[in-house]
Amino acid sequence: MKNNSLWSDAIYRLSRNRAAMLGGFVLVILVICAVLAPWIAPYSYSFQDLNLGASPPSSEHLLGTDILGRDLLSRILYGARISLLVGFVATGVALVIGVSWGIVAGYFGGRVDTIMMRIVDVLYGLPFIIFIILLMVIFGRNLWLLFGAIGAVEWLTMARIVRGQVIGLKNQEFVLAAQAMGVSNLSMFKRHLLPNILGPIAVYATLTIPQVMLLEGFLSFLGLGIQPPMSSWGTLIKDGVESMEEYSWLLIYPGITFTITLFALNFFGDGLRDALDPKTSDN
Amino acid sequence: MIAIFLKRILLAVPVLFAVASITFFLIKIAPGGPFDADKAVSPQVLKNLNEAYNLDASNWEQYVDYMTGLIQGDLGPSFRFPGRSVTEMIATGLPVTFELAFYAILIALVMGVFLGVLAALKRNTFLDFIPMAIAMIGICVPSFLMGPLLVLIFGINFELLPVSGWNQLPGDKILPSLTLGFAYAAYIARLSRGGMLEVLNQDFIRTARAKGLAERIVVIKHAMQGGLIPVVSFLGPAIAGLLAGSFVVETIFQIPGLGRFYVEAAFNRDYTMILGTTIFFSAMIVFFNLLSDLAALWMNPRSRDV
Repeated sequence: MKNNSLWSDAIYRLSRNRAAMLGGFVLVILVICAVLAPWIAPYSYSFQDLNLGASPPSSEHLLGTDILGRDLLSRILYGARISLLVGFVATGVALVIGVSWGIVAGYFGGRVDTIMMRIVDVLYGLPFIIFIILLMVIFGRNLWLLFGAIGAVEWLTMARIVRGQVIGLKNQEFVLAAQAMGVSNLSMFKRHLLPNILGPIAVYATLTIPQVMLLEGFLSFLGLGIQPPMSSWGTLIKDGVESMEEYSWLLIYPGITFTITLFALNFFGDGLRDALDPKTSDN
Repeated sequence: MIAIFLKRILLAVPVLFAVASITFFLIKIAPGGPFDADKAVSPQVLKNLNEAYNLDASNWEQYVDYMTGLIQGDLGPSFRFPGRSVTEMIATGLPVTFELAFYAILIALVMGVFLGVLAALKRNTFLDFIPMAIAMIGICVPSFLMGPLLVLIFGINFELLPVSGWNQLPGDKILPSLTLGFAYAAYIARLSRGGMLEVLNQDFIRTARAKGLAERIVVIKHAMQGGLIPVVSFLGPAIAGLLAGSFVVETIFQIPGLGRFYVEAAFNRDYTMILGTTIFFSAMIVFFNLLSDLAALWMNPRSRDV
């Protein structure tokens, strides 16, 4: 009962927040475009119009073509697949690690908690970006490794948030009742604790996606992330920078797409946070 | 306070030791040796090279060797630049990166605190909305996009500022520092706004106003001390982020700093350089986190006697 009304309240509040709704709308459009890219893109991402080379936006190529005569709009659409995939999958990895870590630490408490959270504290203080680069250098620049490496970095805050929530829950009557009935630890986590902390998890996950996408863009920009012939928005920006003096549209359109996506994710995430936790919405 | 300080330092030593060991063995399991990428060398030359760099010893021996050197501040020779040691290369790159980071932090603090405090004081007016909108832009436009855009506008279109280099032309430090500082200015603006809003609602501020203090003194002497604690705690992690940002900014503007050396080492598979800089970066970040935690502790009167 309470659970339902919390969510329907939240959805009501979210629907009143125009910035968040706009963000959500943009995100839905982007995801649809990314999924449908092979069908809606005017050209293949690798098709080269050899007569053109780099050409400014025209009626045939709405956003122009790159130095190799490839249609920029198509490349942005295909790049959306990779960029969004990295965003969602790496966040998923972070979610799984962070939530399990936080639930176990918070629920068992005591020495287990101390040790687990001390590990999180120590990891917090390390230059993770350097470790990602290190991993990419050592094991080659592999897409799945990139997901794992980014996810393995971003789970720390999630673990802290979940632990805090679980500590708040674990002395409530329904948990004590479940314990008295002899519920196993695993189903305690799955059936009793997890549903009650979905709100904060959803909020933080939404706010992690833009961070992950930034990290991917950053690595791809340095040439250490996505490798050709695949392209993400990060690699498109990198290519755009290399030729921006003559062909500025090659930098500007991928840049605008990337920025709009980050805006949408941040607005939607902020809106979700305000909707699920009205106390914080004042500041 | 001193006890906390000592405890944190004691914790930092094993952490750094673990970082050094893990990095060392990670690099050992990396496929291929450091001389593979070069033109094919004769087996004899390869053998001599391996001998010269002590690569034919067992992993364990190399590890003990490296750790002994590390304690003495010797990070070994660079594999790619014969005759130069890693310590030496860090020593050349570090002052440049430090200078860049210093200007960036300065820009971030001045802009961020000013805009954040202003937004908090003028809450829900356009002096609140506009700085916060700018901050949102700063967060959503990554440095690898901001830098090139600034170059395009100020360097190429208006030809106002040099587009690359460091300490060669007048004004060539402005664009890199702005690029690096802007994102942090945005975060600091949001943090100081939040912190100030919390403090401004508290009783001691009402007391200060009630006893007739000038608003300027209430804000600067009373509110900012507490309101800016989140900013101070953020500075430690921000240094870590600044280092990562320096990779991008130094690459865009072709600045001969530590960040660019690291990225180049990653491309060249200069393993000793990667190892050395990783350990060095970790040590610096642990140190700055310690410093910012202590500063935040010191600013918070409630924790001062602990």
